[in-house]
Amino acid sequence: MARMKFLCDAERCIECNGCVTACKSEHEVPWGVNRRRVVTINDGVPGEKSISVACMHCSDAPCMAVCPVDCFYRTDDGVVLHDKDLCIGCGYCFYACPFGAPQFPQAGAFGLRGKMDKCTFCNGGPEEDRSAVEFQKYGRNRLAEGKLPACAEMCSTKALLGGDGDVIADIYRERVFKRGKGSEVWGWGTAYGPGKPGAAPAPAAGAKS
Amino acid sequence: MRRLIAVAAVVSAILGLAACGESEQVIVYKQGKYQGKPDGKPWEGEPLLVTDAKWTKGDKASWEERIKQRNQGQNEYKRIYQQ
Repeated sequence: MARMKFLCDAERCIECNGCVTACKSEHEVPWGVNRRRVVTINDGVPGEKSISVACMHCSDAPCMAVCPVDCFYRTDDGVVLHDKDLCIGCGYCFYACPFGAPQFPQAGAFGLRGKMDKCTFCNGGPEEDRSAVEFQKYGRNRLAEGKLPACAEMCSTKALLGGDGDVIADIYRERVFKRGKGSEVWGWGTAYGPGKPGAAPAPAAGAKS
Repeated sequence: MRRLIAVAAVVSAILGLAACGESEQVIVYKQGKYQGKPDGKPWEGEPLLVTDAKWTKGDKASWEERIKQRNQGQNEYKRIYQQ
């Protein structure tokens, strides 16, 4: 199987925050912690785009690299998880993460930083699968229930896709072909320009879509 | 005396060149090893009875098939045309 991945289609995201709500509700995430959030680019300007962001479960995760207590691990499906019993709440991972995924619950009158909390791709953590302890520490383990992340499954416009990387890439590709635009937003064209590998990137011309 | 000066010159030249050594400037990061508790695999548990999720307990391939099938629920082209 390919790695588990998220993909957010900026053409479809309507900034409804349904994914954020689904995540909060599914995992009973504490106040002040947002495992997922919606970011809007050019907010208020005609043509603004929104995108839902959480832990992207990087293949070469910077959080794993900087963690002083090595509490991160990667599952067979490419999901980056961590052991809260080991986490010391230092916050290095927050500085290392390009997406701002690691969250720290504030506890006590002096705002003590708790142990790190982040999106688990609805895959729980290092506790017995589907147990109460796992739910309390990491949230629901939907993958062990044969389901996919709640945010992606609840997305009303299906802007947010989550699951097997190959499958969601196919879904997105089919969508792009059907609507006739959007291929330039993600993928080879964006990274390396049109045509064959090594070809010169296309000159920027007008709006993306 | 001349010999002593020659030896001193050689020694000072060696000591002087010692500062020209090139030390490694790039830190080589040593990947840490996970220190926490082991985690179970999603396919090791029984499927829930209350859902339509079906896979064979412990069989990774059948669980993956189930996940791929579930993934198509996010493909509205298929969902709509199948109805």
